[in-house]
Amino acid sequence: MDLRFTPEEIAFRDEARAFMQKALPAPIRDKMIEGRRLVKDDLVTWQRILNAKGWAVPHWPVQWGGAGWSAVELYLFRDEMQQAPAPEPLPFGVNMVGPVIIAFGNDAQKKRFLPRIANLDDWWCQGFSEPEAGSDLAAVKTTARRGGDHYIVNGQKTWTTLAQYADWIFCLVRTDPSAKKQQGISFLLIDMKTPGVTVRPIQTFDGGHEINEVFFDDVRVPAENLVGEENKGWDYAKFLLGNERSGIARIGISKARLRRLKELAALATSGDKPLIADERFRMKIAAIEVELKALEMTQLRVLSRERNGHDSKPDPASSILKLKGSELQQAISELLLEVAGPYALPDQMPHDEAERWNEPPVGPEWAATLAPHYFNWRKASIYGGSNEIQKNIIAKAILGL
Amino acid sequence: MDFELNEEQRLLQESVGRMLAGAYDPDRRKRYASEPGGFSRAIWHTYAELGLLGLPFEEKHGGIGGGAVETMIVMESFGRVLALDPYLASVVLSGGFIRLGGGDVVQSTILPRIASGEMLMAFAHAERQSRYDLADIAMTARKDGSHVVLDGEKTLVLGGDSADQLIVSARLSGARRDSSGIGLFLVGAAADGVTRRGYPTIDGRRAAEIAFSGVRVAADAVIGEPGNAFPLIEHIADHAIAALCAEAVGAMQALHDNTVEYLKTRKQFGVPIGNFQVLQHRAAEMLIALEQARSMALFAAMMADDADPAARRQAMSAAKVQIGRSGRFIGQQAIQLHGGIGMTMDYSAGHYFKRLTAIDTMFGDADHHLARLARSGGLAAA
Ligand SMILES: Cc1cc2nc3c(=O)[nH]c(=O)nc-3n(C[C@H](O)[C@H](O)[C@H](O)COP(=O)(O)OP(=O)(O)OC[C@H]3O[C@@H](n4cnc5c(N)ncnc54)[C@H](O)[C@@H]3O)c2cc1C
Repeated sequence: MDLRFTPEEIAFRDEARAFMQKALPAPIRDKMIEGRRLVKDDLVTWQRILNAKGWAVPHWPVQWGGAGWSAVELYLFRDEMQQAPAPEPLPFGVNMVGPVIIAFGNDAQKKRFLPRIANLDDWWCQGFSEPEAGSDLAAVKTTARRGGDHYIVNGQKTWTTLAQYADWIFCLVRTDPSAKKQQGISFLLIDMKTPGVTVRPIQTFDGGHEINEVFFDDVRVPAENLVGEENKGWDYAKFLLGNERSGIARIGISKARLRRLKELAALATSGDKPLIADERFRMKIAAIEVELKALEMTQLRVLSRERNGHDSKPDPASSILKLKGSELQQAISELLLEVAGPYALPDQMPHDEAERWNEPPVGPEWAATLAPHYFNWRKASIYGGSNEIQKNIIAKAILGL
Repeated sequence: MDFELNEEQRLLQESVGRMLAGAYDPDRRKRYASEPGGFSRAIWHTYAELGLLGLPFEEKHGGIGGGAVETMIVMESFGRVLALDPYLASVVLSGGFIRLGGGDVVQSTILPRIASGEMLMAFAHAERQSRYDLADIAMTARKDGSHVVLDGEKTLVLGGDSADQLIVSARLSGARRDSSGIGLFLVGAAADGVTRRGYPTIDGRRAAEIAFSGVRVAADAVIGEPGNAFPLIEHIADHAIAALCAEAVGAMQALHDNTVEYLKTRKQFGVPIGNFQVLQHRAAEMLIALEQARSMALFAAMMADDADPAARRQAMSAAKVQIGRSGRFIGQQAIQLHGGIGMTMDYSAGHYFKRLTAIDTMFGDADHHLARLARSGGLAAA
């Protein structure tokens, strides 16, 4: 055991940090810091900058654009990127469907999709959840009926993040209605432009539009878009969800938000003093910092165990990362709300992402995004497998209860 | 002590509840919010007909002489349906100032007009720098012969963009955060030198930024004791806190009812999700938080006019702490237990959560009041 980063790792981190500082366009960075909504172009721009550097999909095999980094280097890279703070690469491609295609797809699929994912030429979305299949994901009802060289897909997906921009959706569909729940499911890639696919927006209560319903009405999908074997989709989904959970800890983002929190608490005054001078407030921040440091160490432990290759399956401890990570993101958003104080009240976040403030802000401009941010982040304990479900997984898979 | 409502109070509760159930549903609420001022004038007139707009006023002023308990009953009913109307601003705050601090002439000209629904009022007090400090007033009031001239800016004036008349605090003397030297003035919203900008708030209501530039008010437009209005401001702020606590309890109750109903009907894994014990316990914890909040809303109503201002202030701080904490817990858990649907604008839970969040930021959040209470020695010492 050596608990320090090696000199090489530190040099690597410095290189990543220098790159982020130089390469991240200032307008995107400012939006990230201020918590303003990003537009599609921001993500595409940033992804292509990363890709040009060869860092778009560092965790993939080198053959498909991976950087060949160690788990620690990967962690340091993500941490620096999140702290920059740079946009997170759209997870549906690089973290979800990409690794599934790499692990279970055929060569044609790899050649066709992977480079376009790395460059964000294709915008992917995740078609797992349905109205009746949320936590009970294996209850999906959307059907894909095989007819010759294609499937006919009918049904509905929901809560589909950023489907409004999507070129492709990966779906869990039922290919064998007579099989037991988990066994009749397949993993299908569907072009969003296919006739019969309809996207309907869902507004979240913070005012944003990031989720959608997606309807499939006799949608013809070429059979070559099936990933892996028919009726084995549940295995691929479990693989994907394990990856999703560890990505969700977002420790670097929490670090960046804590930094922002301290900056704003120095601007907000309470009486004749900045809020940050209030020891009680500093204690609240410090309490979160303690938890975040602990989570970071846990994350590194998980990575080290994965690297030492006990097995290639995601660690059940990834549930801990998701759970604690989301709780900390939410706790930070609560403290940011407290910093806004009475100026949490005005509703002035532009709802349309292209829209800018066209009136002078009420109160300090920095306060405007904090209540919507707090509201929006309630999602973090719901998606990616709700926190209750994570605890069920810990109880069953780790504790054997 | 008797926690049962008396006959008249029960009738009030029933009639207000019935009327609101008929007037409000999520679709209509959305429609009202887009009317000028962000609420329905038609409903406002119904309130007037039921006597709600004069609830705390004496009969000779068109009121029905209700006390803190009656206000609590009405506010709780508003909370259940997330009523948008500027009742707090007009009746509780402004009506309260005039009732307790207005001269005979002001009382007899204004209170009947509030009660009849003809006149809307708002309390313009907070300033950019004041955060939750009620005494932090920089706006100036300068004597000029028999007049007073007001200069300064007010922020987050609840219901400020629809008000016809404003009650404005300003400093006659003293340093910015002194509690002495503050006066209260009655100012027409359309008076020369008054400019305002209305905007929506996160809870679907409206507020305004209001600037005063050389606004002249006559000597008879003074509320309370000039230069010594702070005790009155604290007293009426306490009325507002008690009223907001009651409203929050109504909102928490509705949200909890709704969540429990959802646990019974939403099925996953082939069973209602309410079968999962962890969710049963969560709902039970929410109920505990709700009942603790309800008890403190009652305590606040009980103490709202206590003869000892220090005890009254401590009680309000205690109540606001409990309401803030319970509201946050119930709001967050309601969203959580609904899963994805809880995150949507079209579903009611988020709107309740936003109102509970907004209430926490009004007249001091839970943290502010906890610190205040601790500084004052805490409740046990009282
Ligand atoms: C903002 C947002 C973005 C999303 N993006 C996507 C996306 O891009 N693609 C996609 O496919 N999905 C997406 N989702 C869906 C998300 O994965 C589901 O919301 C989640 O799985 C929960 O399902 P549900 O909403 O149906 O809630 P339900 O499953 O109905 O859960 C309701 C409540 O019951 C609890 N519960 C359920 N079962 C149990 C149990 N066995 N034990 C204890 N408690 C239980 C849950 O924890 C929750 O609190 C998104 C959701 C949100 C909110």
